[in-house]
Amino acid sequence: MAVPALAVFAAFWLLPMGRLLVVGASGPDGVKAYLAVVTNANYFRSLVSTVALSAGVSVATIAISLVAGIFLQRNRFPGRGLLVSLMTLPLAFPGVVVGFMVILLAGRQGLIGEVTSRLFDAKLVFAYGMAGLFMGYLYFSIPRVILTVMASVEKLDPALEEAARSLGASTWQVTRDVILPALTPAIISSGAICFATSMGAFGTAFTLATQINVLPLTIYNEFTNYANFAMAASLSIVLGVITWAALAAARSLAGAGVAAAG
Amino acid sequence: MSILAGVTSNYFVGVKSGLTLRWVAQVWELYSETIWRSIWIALACLACTVVLGVPAAYALARVQNRWTRLIEELLTLPVAVPGLATALGLIILYGGWREFRGSWLFILVGHVLFTLPFMMRSVLAVMLAVDLKTLEEAAASLGASFGRRFATVVVPNVRPGILAGALMVVTLSMGEFNLTWMLHTPLTKTLPVGLADSYASMRLEIGSAYTLIFLVMIVPLLVALQWASGRTSRKAA
Repeated sequence: MAVPALAVFAAFWLLPMGRLLVVGASGPDGVKAYLAVVTNANYFRSLVSTVALSAGVSVATIAISLVAGIFLQRNRFPGRGLLVSLMTLPLAFPGVVVGFMVILLAGRQGLIGEVTSRLFDAKLVFAYGMAGLFMGYLYFSIPRVILTVMASVEKLDPALEEAARSLGASTWQVTRDVILPALTPAIISSGAICFATSMGAFGTAFTLATQINVLPLTIYNEFTNYANFAMAASLSIVLGVITWAALAAARSLAGAGVAAAG
Repeated sequence: MSILAGVTSNYFVGVKSGLTLRWVAQVWELYSETIWRSIWIALACLACTVVLGVPAAYALARVQNRWTRLIEELLTLPVAVPGLATALGLIILYGGWREFRGSWLFILVGHVLFTLPFMMRSVLAVMLAVDLKTLEEAAASLGASFGRRFATVVVPNVRPGILAGALMVVTLSMGEFNLTWMLHTPLTKTLPVGLADSYASMRLEIGSAYTLIFLVMIVPLLVALQWASGRTSRKAA
């Protein structure tokens, strides 16, 4: 019964990927092209900044989402349902739309620029670089992580916390020794998804500026501007392996249910 | 904010220049084709994922061993690997086939690859929750053939899963950009591709108005998605 799905998968994913693997090694450097991402200073810088950006986004997202997710799950207030719904909307926004929103907020004619130029006489514009990208990625990563955090906070057994309290643990101790360990699988899996999504995200960076030095844009430029198919192929294989490995590692650490999206 | 900019006459002057639907109308004139194409691709994608994904989920639900886990893992790969890589592979392998490269089917293939795991997982989750085996055995003991069991027992029981998966597939397909940007041609632009195009080459107001149209289309889908997933999770619990 799974045969039709597998056939489509083989024809349109396995075969193309196999071809990509071959093309990646067909350039002037041969198989060494796969090492270029480490040996070529330019690509290496691109790789490092992409990994650093994605890791930074993941850490910031988790920190914000933990606080917000625990708060939202523990407190009932009017409009809570609406707030949660609103927050999860960006989940399905394409990267280009997120990028455009960042421009409207922090771009040359953006809201932040407007406010800062009125207050301090200096226009703050940070949309078109790493900072803008960071903001955009944060914006579409937070909802996903908050949902995961909320779901696992819901499953926490309140008895554990009560027991810790009755033994005289402070709020900080309860958080550190009871709540955080229980949330660790959720943190690892949603962090990995966040990392993998940021590594591969293309739309946001593409909208903000095509010159930002992140790996997906490097691949895109190699392919379209320099027609360097072999290099684009080997770089995208490397990128694919990194994101897949991040997800696979998270899954073996945290159990099932880890898959990237968006 | 983006919404406001879309109906403001002149963004650089501000809201006081007046509100207008002129930009929305202009977007419709320039890009209505991309909107219809996106809807069409999303629906075609939905049809494909149902036809491919429901039987696949069934197979994975009935037999659970190392091989089916491997199949599930494989089918999820297009989601784990960035769309850019998938798109490059498709272009390198099939790009020379002109009629295919230039048609909307090329984009459809990418979307199906990317959305199939979501349909499959959503259906699989419901299948594992409803104890399909017992239901089917009951039907079989009453003499129902396999085709009949599948159509009258399996599919009706997993309808919530199909519904949630369908909303997910349509939403993702409508908003897909990473793959589509590489797979599209000037004649096969979809809505998000048109959005990127308008951000790059049109007035800010047009980009905003276009975004507004996109949000008006996608937000109801998302609300429906939340409603449907809330319903399935309650059912599964």
